[in-house]
Amino acid sequence: MLEKMIFGRFIPGDSFIHRLDARAKLIFVFLFIAVVFIANNWITYAILVLFTFLIIRMSRIRLYFLVNGLKPVVILIIFTFLLHLFFTREGAIIFEWKFLRIYEEGLRQGIFISIRFFVLVILTSILTLTTTPISITDALETLLNPLKKWKLPVHELALMMSISLRFIPTLMDETDKIMKAQMARGSDMTTGSMKERMNAIVPLLIPLFVSAFKRAEDLATAMEVRGYKGGEGRTRYRKLEWATKDTVIIVILLILAIILVYFRS
Amino acid sequence: MKREIISLQEVTFTYAEEDKSMRPAVNNVSYTVYEGEWVAIVGHNGSGKSTLARLMNGLLFPQTGKVRVFGEPLDEQSLWDTRSQMGMVFQNPDNQFVGATVQDDVAFALENNGVPFEEMVERVKRSLLKVKMSDFMNSEPHHLSGGQKQRVAIAGAIALQPKILLLDEATSMLDPQGRDEVLSTVQQLRAETDLTVISITHDLEEALLADRVIMMNQGNKYAEGKPEEIFQRGQELVDLGLDLPFAMNVSRLLKKQGVTLVAEHMSEEELVNDLWTSHFNK
Repeated sequence: MLEKMIFGRFIPGDSFIHRLDARAKLIFVFLFIAVVFIANNWITYAILVLFTFLIIRMSRIRLYFLVNGLKPVVILIIFTFLLHLFFTREGAIIFEWKFLRIYEEGLRQGIFISIRFFVLVILTSILTLTTTPISITDALETLLNPLKKWKLPVHELALMMSISLRFIPTLMDETDKIMKAQMARGSDMTTGSMKERMNAIVPLLIPLFVSAFKRAEDLATAMEVRGYKGGEGRTRYRKLEWATKDTVIIVILLILAIILVYFRS
Repeated sequence: MKREIISLQEVTFTYAEEDKSMRPAVNNVSYTVYEGEWVAIVGHNGSGKSTLARLMNGLLFPQTGKVRVFGEPLDEQSLWDTRSQMGMVFQNPDNQFVGATVQDDVAFALENNGVPFEEMVERVKRSLLKVKMSDFMNSEPHHLSGGQKQRVAIAGAIALQPKILLLDEATSMLDPQGRDEVLSTVQQLRAETDLTVISITHDLEEALLADRVIMMNQGNKYAEGKPEEIFQRGQELVDLGLDLPFAMNVSRLLKKQGVTLVAEHMSEEELVNDLWTSHFNK
């Protein structure tokens, strides 16, 4: 069950991308989302694809993992491609069959949007594949720190996120155990109509919730005993260090943006 | 006379204060723990031993009676200070693991107490070395065994360099091997430092390691004394729902079968020695 989880999946490695500061990677991905929208013709999209492949090379992640990460969004990409293909009515007609008419502009738009999706998903997967969930949480906490002025509980949110991530495998194991226990008692979860299967989930969820609440209570006690009293006066064990290479990667992205602006029509 | 570390004076605690029909979880209990001692608090389920643990570190406050830690009364003001002096390990290994990895978890209490970064790194290393978990610094909790997780919990507790280590049924969810790992870690820590250990348990084998045993029954203090004295009571302990140590059980059964043995035996070694010498005396 655990193997199928993409989120929070981290592939240990020692590439240039792995060693970047998590904050740099987060900023990079957010800026990249904006940069992608600069592209609007064949040259600029080609540059984007080239750039993405460069980043993949640099992360030294096997293509297999990236393709796996793409799977859930493939349908979405195909769907948007078809939408643009059929509903854009501009340019010359390149294909006609009964009521179906495909215009040149529609094909172009469809391909562009698909490329846009594709590079965005690839780059965000690279972010999560090369960064430990705990560093992502840490990076989010430091980046969002200024929002404390507006009473956003940044530290608490980050702690909640890291505790949830830490408990995912524990609760997965638990689900597995309860499922087997219920199956041993004759409950059938894999066959039957949709409604029957939904009903079979109830005896799985209730024990899981009960135990999750018990765990939460125990954890709260353990945290209190170990002196947890909120973010005030706390020091940090995890230190994020911004190095020259982190500035470099952001600058490279800005250069890419300038090139795209130059070539866009 | 050794310095007193924790003392309870006529402490009574009831979970449901309004409901007079409920018997108090802890009823008029007094005892004192001295520096460097290992005290075991034993009793079956519902005897009030876990409530005692919560009273000792201020998770609960008694309705009547006084709790003093290091000679000072335990109250809202001294609470956090006291807690930083008292490491605690709970029963469920999974539910007390806060960090994403072993080293993060050990550092958690240090972060809470505002220990500077450089010192934190040093202390995490040292604590993990002491519980022999240095090789697992970057491991995630679901890759560790129960015994290993409890050792990490001990490392997290001693990282603050506390005076007291409070074990609340810390070995009850572990397999025999994990239990031995944890107990030998505690023994070794005590040999190295003047750590005071209070272990709350229903396992009398664990209680054997203590200097002093306090027996709880139905919220009352039933008996107090050296482990040998307590275990002399034999059948009485069984009636109170406690399991006798394995060696004692065997020796009692042997006696029933008519084997002549010199005395009660608490450890396997004593029993074996008595058995192989028992024919010399004839």
